[in-house]
Amino acid sequence: MAPDTRPHVPATEEQGSEPSDLVAGEDLALARRARAQLAEVAPEPGVPKPDPLLVADGVRKSFGGLVAVDTRHLEIQRGTITALIGPNGAGKTTLFNVLTGFDRRSEGTWQFADQDISRMAPHRVAQRGMVRTFQMTKALTRMTVMENMRLAATGQTGEHLLSALLPGTWRAQERENTERAQALLERFDLAAKADQFAGELSGGQRKLLEMARALMVRPRMIMLDEPMAGVNPALTQTLLGHVTDLRDEGLSVVFVEHDMDVVMGISDWVVCLAEGQVIAEGPPEAISDNRAVIDAYLGARQDLDEHGPEGVR
Amino acid sequence: MDLIEILSFAFRSAVGPLAITFALAAIGLNIHYGYTGLLNIGQVAFVMVGAYGLAITVDVFGGSHVLGALVGLGLAALLAVLLAVPTLRLRADYLAITTISVGEVLRLATRSSQAAPLTRGADGIAGLGGPFYALNPIPPGDYGFWIFQLGSERRVWLMLVGWGLIALMCLLVWALMRSPWGRVLRAIREDEEAARSLGKNVFSYKMQALVLGGVIGGLAGVYYAIQAAGVAPDTFDPRITFYAYVILILGGPGRVLGPVLGALIFYALFQGADVLLRQGAAGGWLPLVEWFGSQAIGATRLALVGLVLMLLMIFRPQGILGDRREMSLGA
Repeated sequence: MAPDTRPHVPATEEQGSEPSDLVAGEDLALARRARAQLAEVAPEPGVPKPDPLLVADGVRKSFGGLVAVDTRHLEIQRGTITALIGPNGAGKTTLFNVLTGFDRRSEGTWQFADQDISRMAPHRVAQRGMVRTFQMTKALTRMTVMENMRLAATGQTGEHLLSALLPGTWRAQERENTERAQALLERFDLAAKADQFAGELSGGQRKLLEMARALMVRPRMIMLDEPMAGVNPALTQTLLGHVTDLRDEGLSVVFVEHDMDVVMGISDWVVCLAEGQVIAEGPPEAISDNRAVIDAYLGARQDLDEHGPEGVR
Repeated sequence: MDLIEILSFAFRSAVGPLAITFALAAIGLNIHYGYTGLLNIGQVAFVMVGAYGLAITVDVFGGSHVLGALVGLGLAALLAVLLAVPTLRLRADYLAITTISVGEVLRLATRSSQAAPLTRGADGIAGLGGPFYALNPIPPGDYGFWIFQLGSERRVWLMLVGWGLIALMCLLVWALMRSPWGRVLRAIREDEEAARSLGKNVFSYKMQALVLGGVIGGLAGVYYAIQAAGVAPDTFDPRITFYAYVILILGGPGRVLGPVLGALIFYALFQGADVLLRQGAAGGWLPLVEWFGSQAIGATRLALVGLVLMLLMIFRPQGILGDRREMSLGA
C-alpha cells in the first residue's frame, strides 16, 4: 500500500465530521468510535483492543546480555492518546526505536494498520504513516523553518535526481506543500519564523516545529518521545492542547512522558513498562491505583490529587 | 621586486589548467562534504580513476579519447558505488577511513610492476591529448595583455574547455541544490536520523551524492590527463585531496561557486608566493636558501598558505562565500 500522497484530498467525508487535512486516509468517525470502545477494555497487560492500529507480538530487543525490551503482547487502539510510562531504563525509548525501525529487533513481529512492518527500514515505516519524534529535538538547524516543513512532505517528485533537474515536474507540488506547511506553521504559532533558520528557534519552538514537521508526513500514528521534556509550563499546556487536537482529528498518538499530571490529564490509555516488560495497562485512573505501577514507578509517596512537586519520584 | 611578474604569474596560474582541475575536483567534493556532509578524504581516488580510465582506454585498448573519457567517468561512478555499499550504513568516520586508504591503495597498485601491462607502472602513460588539440579552433598565437597573460592557442583552448566544464558543473549543482532533491541532501548533512524519521531513504541519497561527486572528480581526472598529456601514478598522492579541501573551505563549502573561487584564490596565492620568494632569493633580500637550504622556498610557500588559511579560519570561518549566520548555528 503506497502512502497517500494526494495533497488536497480531505481525510474523511463522513457524516458532517470536519475534514482534516492532517491525517492520511484515517476515518474520523471510526477513530472516534474506537476511542469510545476503549472504555470497555479490561485494564490488564496485553489485553486485545477492539480496533487496534498497532499490534505487537513478542517484541524483544537485547543489547548483548542486556534485555532492554521484552513485551509479550501490546495493542494500541486507533484514535486514542496512549501514554508510555515507566522508570528510567524501562525500555520506553528502545521500544519506540524498535517499533519504528530505528533499532533492529531481536525477536518479534508487529503490524501497523494490518501490515507487517517488523522488518521495515525506518524511512518506510514513516512513509506508511507511523512517524516518531526524538527525545532530543532534531531540528535541522541550518535549514529554515519552512525548509524543515517542506522536506517532510512525502511522495515528492522533485526528490528524484532526474526530475529534480526539471522544475516543471515539481513546482506545482512544491507550491501545494508550501501552502500546507504554512497552514501548519500558523496552527503551531511558528508562521512568523518561517524564514528563520531552525537553529535560531528556542528549545520550545523547536519542539513545536518537530511536531508540525512530523504532521507534514501525514501520519496515522505519531509517536512522541518525551515531548514536554525541558519545556516551560505555559508551553507544556500549548503542546498538550495540540496533542489532544490531533487526537480529536483522528490521529493516534503514543507518547513517552514522566510528568504524571500530564499523563493523567490527557491520555486515554496508559501503558507502564518496567525492565522491558509491560507490567500494567489501562485507563489513567486504573493505572494510578495499580499496585505494580506504584511499586515499580510511582513510589509509595505518590499522591496524584495533590499535584505537588513530590508527586512523582 | 617585480610586482608585474608576480601578478601576471598569479593570474596565469589562477585561471590555468591545474586550477581548473582542482576546481572540478572540489566541486565534486562540495557535493560530498559541503552539501551532504560525507567526509570523503579520498577525492584523489576518483580523480585518478578518471585519469587512468582515459589513459588506459587510449593507450592499451586503442580506444578514442571520447570513449576513454566515458570509461573514466564510468569507473569513477563504479568506485563510488563500491565505496558506498560497505561504508554508508556505518558512522561517518568509516567513510573517511576507507576513502583515504582507497586513494593510496589505488596509487600503489597502479605503480606496481604487476599492474604494469595495464598502467605502465611508475612511469605512467604518456602521449594523450592529441585528438583534443586537433579540435582546437583557435588560431595560433600568444594571447593576453599586460598582467593578464593566457599563453599559446593550445593553452587557451584547454582553458576554454575547462572553464566551460566548470560552468556546466556549477549549473548542475545549482539546479540540483535548489530542488527538493538537494534539500534532502542538506537535511542528511544536518541530521540523518531526522531525515530518516521523515521518510527519506538516507542510504540511497548518500549513494547518489557520492556517485555524483565522484563522477565530477572523475571528470577532473579526465581533464587533468589531457592537460598533462599523460598520467603518472605519483601525481595522485593524498595531497590532492587536502588541496581540494583547502580550496573548498577557502571558498565556502555548501556554496555553488565556493570551490571555483577557492581554486582561483588558492592558485593565485600559491604561485604568486612562489614567484615572490624566488625573486627574494635571487635578489638577495630574502636569503631563505642561505638560511634554510634548497628546500626552503617550497616549504615557506606552504607555510604562507597555511598562515592565510589560519587567518581565514579566525576571521571568516565560513569561507569567503559562506553565510556567517549559518556558521554561528554550528552543526
